[in-house]
Amino acid sequence: MGSLGAIFADIWRSPSGRIGLVLVTAILLFAILGPVFTVDPNKIAVQDRFQTPSVTHLLGTDNLGRDLFARTAQGTRAALVISLLVVAASLLIGSVLGITAGMAGGFIDRGVIVVFDIISAYPPVILAMGLIALYGTGFGNLLFVVTILFIPQFGRMARAQTLSLRHQPFIDAERILGLPTRKLILRHFMPNVLGPLIVLASMNIPVVITIEAGLSYLGLGVQPPQASLGSLIKDGYIYLNQSWWPTIGSAVTLALATLGSTLFGEALRDAADPKLKGHGR
Amino acid sequence: MSGTIGRFIAHRMAAALVTLAGAILFLFIIIQFVPGDLAGVLLGPRATPELRAAFAQRMGLDRSLPEQFVLFFGNAIRGDLGNDIITSRPILDIVVENLPNTLQLAGAALLLSMIFGIALGCIAALKPGSMLDTVLGVSSVAFITTPSFVIAIFLLLIFSLQLHWLPVTGAGKPDDPLDRLAHLVLPAAALSIGWVGYLARLIRASLLEVLTEQHVRMMRAYGVPEGRIVRHFALRLALVPMISIMGLGIGDMISNAVFIEYVFARPGIGTMIYNAIRIRNFPIVQAGILFTVLIYVSANLFVDFLNALLDPRIARSLKQAV
Repeated sequence: MGSLGAIFADIWRSPSGRIGLVLVTAILLFAILGPVFTVDPNKIAVQDRFQTPSVTHLLGTDNLGRDLFARTAQGTRAALVISLLVVAASLLIGSVLGITAGMAGGFIDRGVIVVFDIISAYPPVILAMGLIALYGTGFGNLLFVVTILFIPQFGRMARAQTLSLRHQPFIDAERILGLPTRKLILRHFMPNVLGPLIVLASMNIPVVITIEAGLSYLGLGVQPPQASLGSLIKDGYIYLNQSWWPTIGSAVTLALATLGSTLFGEALRDAADPKLKGHGR
Repeated sequence: MSGTIGRFIAHRMAAALVTLAGAILFLFIIIQFVPGDLAGVLLGPRATPELRAAFAQRMGLDRSLPEQFVLFFGNAIRGDLGNDIITSRPILDIVVENLPNTLQLAGAALLLSMIFGIALGCIAALKPGSMLDTVLGVSSVAFITTPSFVIAIFLLLIFSLQLHWLPVTGAGKPDDPLDRLAHLVLPAAALSIGWVGYLARLIRASLLEVLTEQHVRMMRAYGVPEGRIVRHFALRLALVPMISIMGLGIGDMISNAVFIEYVFARPGIGTMIYNAIRIRNFPIVQAGILFTVLIYVSANLFVDFLNALLDPRIARSLKQAV
């Protein structure tokens, strides 16, 4: 694994990595700057409803005359914030559980693996819907529910990495020299386990974006009036007879966001570990 | 030899049963953490005091937690899901009514994705670097990453609303197979397109790997035609990774079927769960969850068997896997 600059150079070198990097940068700028430069995404102006794209409304307006460029930017920001938080939380919880299981072995290891297996036995969206049915909708609940779905993946990978590290000569050496387990974990396990986990995290960002958009599309994710790409698609879909624009704008943004982050994630994986090239989704 | 496979199957079945039991326990635990009055939260605002009392009785809410669990577990494995609070019909009947629609949708999507995925993957692997291979490589990524409900909406816009080739919503008349098939085409296509792209990529990669192996080069040296090598020898090996991944694929399809059923207003397990959440009717949600877990775990079990039959080395590696 090279330095950060070398990794980005590697990503830029492959054509799909370059497309991914450009798309991710564009989506990031749109999400960060879009809401700053546009009108209030929740401002209702019914007389301006269902406008086609123009200079004042770059993506047109919706059924309440709200500016769709501003709303799509707000929805993109929500998608990115949620996916980053979910991936970070599941990486953190998963790696703590996975490293603990790998280090402890025996009964604890088996227990953690069984919990991961049980969570993975549920079709992901169905489990998310069940949890939302029990605990209700809302931003915090949405984060909590989607994080649960992703913990097993990170946990399994952290455990596998820990197991392969545990009997490396340098770890044995440190142990013989009397390094406490806590320091051993912080100084040697975390840094060595983290690399592959970050790659996994970047590959999971588009998956989280898709699940968030799907749940919001069903009305179970981000709640109105806050816009989300999923709810924008749904609202547009209801008024399809009047105008196609509300659906097209948000659906294309969603597709570009997932495409860009997937290409970026794959290029990052190939750059970080050339051995893995061509494997996985 | 057959003893190895028999032991492997027995081991996988035991593991699947443990997972199922664990999944029921997990469901019980997450229900326990619901804040507030359980009957009120799970049955929603419509529930009368009598209904709540009946629910508390059924769940054994006045008993100790272990007793409650035994009751919950017993009901779940006996398939006793209780009666619906609105229609007072047995919930099992409602599930059985909706299940075939979802199974047909997921089954059709599975079939479509395997047929087209294998075909396109073979074509791409036989001529790597060709125009077709490049087009396939680029478009498959786009299809994989676009969420299935977005694909569903665009298919609906184009083929139903613009071209009027296929019906818009529903599952078709129950006694008219042709009508049902017409209603199945677009939802199954929407559900499978991503997997077609994914499987084509997977098959292409594993075929290219297999085609460089010693025994394949040997066959080529003996003058066996390339098409025959692929069809009779290489493809069988290349199918193993695909079948493993389809275990996950079935979970993904059951998940995404929820969105697809919603877009096409199609009856099914997803629609059933969704409607039950909207009106706060948890017993139905719970029944839907239990059945989808059962389907998912059984599908994975089936995938394990299939893999062990295709590649007996998998069964023999049991010791390392445990």
